[in-house]
Amino acid sequence: MAEKVQIKVVVNGVEHHSEVEPRLLLVHYLRETLGLTGTHVGCDTSQCGACTVHLDGQAVKSCTLFAVQADGSSITTIEGLGSVDSLHPVQEGFWEMHGLQCGFCTPGMIMAAADLLNRNPQPSEEEIRHALEGNLCRCTGYHNIVRAVQYAANKMAGKVGVAADD
Amino acid sequence: MAEKLFGKAMKRVEDPRFITGTGNYTDDMTLPGMVHAAMVRSPYAHARIKKIDVSKARSHPGVLAVITGQEMKDAGINSIPTGWLHPGIKTPPHYAITFDKARHVGDIVAAVIAETRQIAEDAAQLVEVDYEPLPAVSLGSDALKPGAPAVHDDIPDNICFTWSIGDKEAVDKAFASAYKTVKLNLRNNRLVPNAMEPRASLAQYHKASDEYTLWTTSQNPHIHRLLIAAFIMGIPEHKLRVIAPDVGGGFGSKIYQYPEEIIVLYAAKKLGRPVKWTARRSESFVTDSHGRDHETVAEMAVDQNGKITAVRVNTIANLGAYLTTFAPAVPTYLYGCLLAGTYTTPHIYCHVTAPFTHTTPVDAYRGAGRPEATYLLERLVDVMAHELGMDPVEFRRKNLIPPDAFPYQTPVALQYDSGNYEANLDKALELVGYKQLRQQQEEWRKQGRYMGIGVVTYIEACGLAPSALVGSLGAQAGQWESALVRVMPTGKVEVFTGTHSHGQGHETAFAQVVADELQIPVEDVVLVHGDTGRMPYGWGSYGSRSAPTGLSAIVLATRKIIDKSKKIAAHLLEAAPEDIVHEDGKFMVKGVPDKAKTFFEIALQAHLAHNYPADLEPGLEATHFYDPKNFVYPFGTHIAVVEVDPETGKVRLLRYLSVDDCGPVINPLIAEGQVHGGIAQGLGQALLEEAVYDKEGQILSGNFLEYTLPRADDMVQIEHDHTVTPCPHNPLGVKGIGEAGTIASTAAIANAVMDALRPFGIVHLDMPYTPEKIWRAIQHSRPAQAAD
Ligand code: FES
Ligand code: FES
Repeated sequence: MAEKVQIKVVVNGVEHHSEVEPRLLLVHYLRETLGLTGTHVGCDTSQCGACTVHLDGQAVKSCTLFAVQADGSSITTIEGLGSVDSLHPVQEGFWEMHGLQCGFCTPGMIMAAADLLNRNPQPSEEEIRHALEGNLCRCTGYHNIVRAVQYAANKMAGKVGVAADD
Repeated sequence: MAEKLFGKAMKRVEDPRFITGTGNYTDDMTLPGMVHAAMVRSPYAHARIKKIDVSKARSHPGVLAVITGQEMKDAGINSIPTGWLHPGIKTPPHYAITFDKARHVGDIVAAVIAETRQIAEDAAQLVEVDYEPLPAVSLGSDALKPGAPAVHDDIPDNICFTWSIGDKEAVDKAFASAYKTVKLNLRNNRLVPNAMEPRASLAQYHKASDEYTLWTTSQNPHIHRLLIAAFIMGIPEHKLRVIAPDVGGGFGSKIYQYPEEIIVLYAAKKLGRPVKWTARRSESFVTDSHGRDHETVAEMAVDQNGKITAVRVNTIANLGAYLTTFAPAVPTYLYGCLLAGTYTTPHIYCHVTAPFTHTTPVDAYRGAGRPEATYLLERLVDVMAHELGMDPVEFRRKNLIPPDAFPYQTPVALQYDSGNYEANLDKALELVGYKQLRQQQEEWRKQGRYMGIGVVTYIEACGLAPSALVGSLGAQAGQWESALVRVMPTGKVEVFTGTHSHGQGHETAFAQVVADELQIPVEDVVLVHGDTGRMPYGWGSYGSRSAPTGLSAIVLATRKIIDKSKKIAAHLLEAAPEDIVHEDGKFMVKGVPDKAKTFFEIALQAHLAHNYPADLEPGLEATHFYDPKNFVYPFGTHIAVVEVDPETGKVRLLRYLSVDDCGPVINPLIAEGQVHGGIAQGLGQALLEEAVYDKEGQILSGNFLEYTLPRADDMVQIEHDHTVTPCPHNPLGVKGIGEAGTIASTAAIANAVMDALRPFGIVHLDMPYTPEKIWRAIQHSRPAQAAD
């Protein structure tokens, strides 16, 4: 077995020092070492986006990185984005607009959508669909996911209460 | 008066846990001492297993056990049975781990249990299997050819069963005297369900009590408990608890009894440690039950008035290598019985031959038989309309079952209880602007743009189903559903259902209904499901049965609570029970509003029983087992508008409109969500998805790169409306909506694409309509026209 490697990461604001195997994927580090099971694994070919987290403020598929590659960085997972008492606008949008059914793709979808709104606060429907291309959902047909992101964009722009599809 | 919640687009109560990443899926669980399983799977579609050498794997550091099929067989673990039998059906054994032959790529030949998943997977590579590769067959019609390699040695012709329905003679006569007939050779492409959560199972054995707990990704935990206990492992049924926690989508693929569940249970006892297995997606592709895969010859006959006189169907339905739990029901009763559709066709005959092949088993996938029936019927209707020179809508209209014909007996066994098809169709046509669309299509064609409009009027039979009926058709299970409503001393209510929610929002929708019935705040109601240790026996969720059967049971149990509450109230208020009314959340003496007791007061007194009717049991809970009187029959109209680019062959969805009738809608947010998702899956079949096998039985599209699921930019915002025709035979009049989208949309999109290609003289292509396939068809049919 390969030598373990020491890494330091800040996850959801908490600093962790861990010894990891070099081939440990970031997603498994989050799920198994840190017990942050909100980040999901939906495939083994980097196609589904269920594992999306923010690494130093940018969305990445955490199954495409080794934990050692995250050494020194700051990570936000779905658990750190917002809590039930203070939801991130994207989380709120998904709830309000029924942007989820089984919930399995949802954490990755929310992290990808939050990243989009960081880069592009008022995306068009087409831009939303394009930005979420890397995230698969088998349940929703994406209809309400689009509306959820529109809701969040409006909310973040201060247009509270404006129905997303008005 | 509390606000009525039936019909309200309430936000879902299950969402807070999912949007904050605190759901509890099987793979999220860790138990003390837990170890991990990895499967050794056959890379061959067909091979004799000459020898298995596990010594290297066994001595790999961290490996605890390597389990073979022979070991499990010797330990008395039996074959996995099927849950549906036809007369004369062949039911070859299906062992969790095979020991004689591998019969499809992915068939399990050994299991490795190790301290970590990584070690288990590494060691799985070290198991040395001496295979003798044998010729394989992957296509149903090839399996039927003389001399084809046999999947099971004692079934040399590969035929599992044949099945037919309808009056063949009458149909043949109708064809002989028809004004016009059309015939299509159709391939209904094989699909991989691909719920986003890969399957996972975690088993624990409790030595002191000799009990097992299995957490598994299931739509129906009681069915697993029954199969494992009574047939496969011989565990006393009361010593096995099966829990399906949060489940990340099912679509049929999580109904069946899978081998891995047996393996982790066996290993957990053997090692005395909890054992977890989680599928990698590449394993899901070759082991989750597949859907569809029909080869069909479909024919339609009409008279000179444009009335359909007969439909004749001959189908080869590929079952894959083994029979899974409901496989025999899907290409038969859920298929042939649906071939009347929404039409008055007097004569229908359907014959099905179901062979084994060296491929992954095929069973129900969202819609299960009904999308296959709808697809072929609606394709026939469009082709016939064109043949008659009629608009496809007018041809449909001429043949729709009129509203005064219900209950309507079809020639293929079903009796439709209710329906109002033409009004639904008209609503859809108006909403979509059908006339204008046809005009636009004309104009576009002049400009060399190819728009297609696909219309489908569908029916589905769901809400499975009267137990005696399904029993007479071969089901080895009942199809009633159970509910237990338990009121606590504080007036809070637990509702236990035998159905399972894996995305459908039952925790919300069912609570809305219970809150209405009991006239209490919805926050006071919690729905419990998915745990054989907590609920009464139930059959789970599939076939859009949860609302029509599960919720009916809940409503009737709730009404028992109300009846009992009235008796308690009558005692407390010194009135006759007949004089107690349940209004405004109170039980009051009719006409005397200040003589009233709240639900809380009743609940408390039911538990204290200090001041209580002498002849009444204490406590306040009720159970109801509801056996439906018939299927329910949702219906609707779906219209797809597409554009085909003749240069690239690419199909672009421009609009999609559905008008569905699932009776009264409990929660429009949830019902519409079900329709959206179903439409996306149907679009997937029409445009993108296909499990492609080569002749040797290797799957060529076994990952998300080769097997294309619909992505956000494949879809458009769906236009949706509904009509309301209540089901006449259940307490709320509700019908299922989980599968409608998939049942209708594949055919609607197929019809739209074929409509777009009409100027090229193309009558029919098989799905999926990939750009390459369409481009080639255009090149082939009218090279000159395609070039400009
Ligand atoms: S698990 Fe990372 S993309 Fe699928
Ligand atoms: S909500 Fe189930 S996969 Fe997206």
